[in-house]
Amino acid sequence: MGELILQAKHLGISFGGLKAVDDFNIEIKAGELVGLIGPNGAGKTTVFNLLTGVYAPTEGAFFLCGEKMNGKKTHQVVQSGIARTFQNIRLFKSMTVLENVMVAYGMSIKYKIPGAIFRMGSYFKEEAEYREKALDLLKIFDLDDKADYIADNLPYGQQRKLEIARALATGMKLLLLDEPAAGMNPTETADLLRCINIIRERFGIAILLIEHDMSLVMKICERIVVIDYGVTIAQGLPEEIASNQRVIAAYLGADEEEEDVPC
Amino acid sequence: MGTQVSIFIQQIINGLKIGSVYALVALGYTMVYGIIRLINFAHGDFIMVGSYVLLYTIPIMVACGLPAWTAIILAVTACAAVGVTVEKVAYKPVREKGTKMSALITAIAMSLFLENLAQTVFGASPKPVGTIFSFPNLELAGIKLNGNTMLTIAIGVVMMIALQLFVKKTKMGKAMRAVSEDGEAAILMGINKNRTISITFAIGSALAAVASLMYCASYPQATPTLGSMLGLKAFIAAVLGGIGIIPGAMLGGIVVGLVESLTKAYIGTLTGGVITSAFSDAIVFGILIVVLIVKPSGILGKNVGEKV
Amino acid sequence: MIDVKIPKEKKKGMIINLAGVLLLFGVLVVLCETGMLSNYIKGILMVCGIAVIMACSLNITVGYMGQIALGDCGFMAIGAYTAALITKAMESGGILVGAGAPNTLRFLIGTLAGGILAAVFGVLVGIPALRLRGDYLAIITLGFGEIIRVIIQNLKFAGGKGFSEGQAGQALIGINRLADLYVVFWIVVLTVVILFTFVRSKYGRAIIAIRNDDIAAGASGLNTTFYKVLAFTVSAFFAGIAGGIFAHYIGSLNAASFGWLKSTEYVIMVVFGGMGSLTGSIIAAVVLSALPEALRSFSEYRMLVYSVALVLVMIFKPTGLLGTYEFSLLRLFNRITGKSGKKLADKKQEVK
Repeated sequence: MGELILQAKHLGISFGGLKAVDDFNIEIKAGELVGLIGPNGAGKTTVFNLLTGVYAPTEGAFFLCGEKMNGKKTHQVVQSGIARTFQNIRLFKSMTVLENVMVAYGMSIKYKIPGAIFRMGSYFKEEAEYREKALDLLKIFDLDDKADYIADNLPYGQQRKLEIARALATGMKLLLLDEPAAGMNPTETADLLRCINIIRERFGIAILLIEHDMSLVMKICERIVVIDYGVTIAQGLPEEIASNQRVIAAYLGADEEEEDVPC
Repeated sequence: MGTQVSIFIQQIINGLKIGSVYALVALGYTMVYGIIRLINFAHGDFIMVGSYVLLYTIPIMVACGLPAWTAIILAVTACAAVGVTVEKVAYKPVREKGTKMSALITAIAMSLFLENLAQTVFGASPKPVGTIFSFPNLELAGIKLNGNTMLTIAIGVVMMIALQLFVKKTKMGKAMRAVSEDGEAAILMGINKNRTISITFAIGSALAAVASLMYCASYPQATPTLGSMLGLKAFIAAVLGGIGIIPGAMLGGIVVGLVESLTKAYIGTLTGGVITSAFSDAIVFGILIVVLIVKPSGILGKNVGEKV
Repeated sequence: MIDVKIPKEKKKGMIINLAGVLLLFGVLVVLCETGMLSNYIKGILMVCGIAVIMACSLNITVGYMGQIALGDCGFMAIGAYTAALITKAMESGGILVGAGAPNTLRFLIGTLAGGILAAVFGVLVGIPALRLRGDYLAIITLGFGEIIRVIIQNLKFAGGKGFSEGQAGQALIGINRLADLYVVFWIVVLTVVILFTFVRSKYGRAIIAIRNDDIAAGASGLNTTFYKVLAFTVSAFFAGIAGGIFAHYIGSLNAASFGWLKSTEYVIMVVFGGMGSLTGSIIAAVVLSALPEALRSFSEYRMLVYSVALVLVMIFKPTGLLGTYEFSLLRLFNRITGKSGKKLADKKQEVK
């Protein structure tokens, strides 16, 4: 621990005058797991979209291991070392489980077009090598025996896990998980927790997690950032957040104001 | 000098004439695209259907002692029937089962079907369509105004205003807008989605029939592939104005008509003969490409990105 | 252990496929040399070969990438005219003229140049066009195709007898009929092999991933624009090659015959055969090219029949008749020798 992985300074974006995210600051060190919470529509996914180059920030900047990421396109951000999963699962549905992971290994695989079309040695060597790596990765998620299944045919919980496996295959330093436990039953959630712990141990990566399942967040996050209406309203240890008045007000609604309550 | 100006004005009027035909056809594209997000490749061929109906019914009407233009009633009926049938038989089953891509392929297939059916039934050679109306030519400040041309433009403008009022003011118009916003939500609001789509096709095809009347009044010939290029240019007009937007279709139609007419007349002299009028189709497609790259939502459209 | 095992099976597959192709070529040679194939049949085979190249390469864009492109014949036209003008120029310069090897070499140089220029235009068209998708991509490629056609039609040096004797708006005539059936056979084989190995590599995987979900593909580190343009360019390159063969088979070129309706015929082949199946494209290309010739009375109604069949396929099997199925000689061989079927069953049991 110690090395600064992600640093966001005064990050913000406006859509036609509306500030979706304003003055967002965060620092994540290697091996840390930070939670990002907030009521629905608070701008959490927008933060992810900013950090992955889907949107270009209108204010501020963010850095990965000191390298400025502003203005990079999604694939460039991913190649630099930030990978993500999606709130609504986005798998390559018609491809097999193994192929899904192999796609993400694409940028590590070095052979070029001649190597591919003339089936040179590098093709066979690398295909076999990364196939092994992919199966290893799938093993963490108990998906290795389903490697040849079509991704779309997997049950929901396994699709979520495959998406995380695919993100890991990009070889990232920072993993952004967008509601990984959404729609999971308690057993699946417990299994997910186990997987997250394994990948933290194995890869030593930093994780930023959006989650509505508060018990999960409180259990695994080392620090929590709370945003509401695009503004950071609290930051701190789980126990501090749990007793923070502004956070409680944002979730339960101050006065007559109504807000979505997480369940 | 005076003749130069009058030639120029003549070109503008020609542009407006063909432009109002494009506009009417573009309205059909725009309405259908607005409601089912599909480029109805067969739409141009509805004009061809209309022109063959006119070809065969004008003599009958004249024989019955009626004016030739009354044939439009039959053309409108026939085109609406063809449009609704194409929708029901081909597009609806594909829409319900397949992907956007299969819908697009089906639309191309229906266009090929109609063109080749016409070729089989009527033969490939062009057939002359009888005179539809013969208005006296007007002369205004030394400029000859062809009566038929003026009438064509007038019909175009009237149809556009009528359609705009229909979509904005009537219950069915509101239903159309609702379905185009969100088909599933519209069903929950008690709107009969399939019926609304059928009526959209009927109106769009009827407009194509009117366009065929206007087209045949100036170019009195029916061929199986008449609708192909005409349809494509009208589609370009729809995209140019902003697809799914009725005033956009009108604007786009007029612009495409004017550009086409003026390039045909002047591009040769302007470029010193490097680009001749033979390039006019390429120039129209060039407009399409520029619009699609610079502002795919068209002149009057709003840009919308995909939500992540 | 696995490092050794996989290439072994692949090697076996290569040998079997090579044997299959050689057998097919042997049959062709025997039929030609014994005079059993009339020139008419040879002509049909040539048209089938051109269609196979067109359909298989277009499948990369339409099938694997999942985007309808209606301008493929524009690239075919670029290839055809480039190849024809190059062989013409070489002929008048007296380079590589003479029956047999020199002519074949001249043909190959011209055709390859045609493919390369088509690929260059593929990149130029692809970069702006592939920002769009679906209906809009279809229509913009149609637009580009038509512009290419109109421009070629009005190029002075690409009409009539060509170059200084050229005439705008005329068909290009007097192209040496250099396309030899044997040579074309091997070009077709090479095309299919290259396309097959291409789609079964990281490049093919990337392109299929982009079809599935281009946002997720970007989030997996793929430069989606690069792969889209690459797929489009591969299609354009082989369309150019097909054009070069066409020019040297038919002997004269009319730009009007490279319109978007011709492009839709190749799209139809891809769709019928199966979007994402090279086997399907080959079968559809051969059947749809040969059928109108075999049944003369049918050729009049063919587009009518195709269009109806196309709608039916879209209703009942939207991915095309073969879907993404690929025929494999190795699999067939293993089944006949009763080898793999059992092995696979054993493996499945083990997993369970």
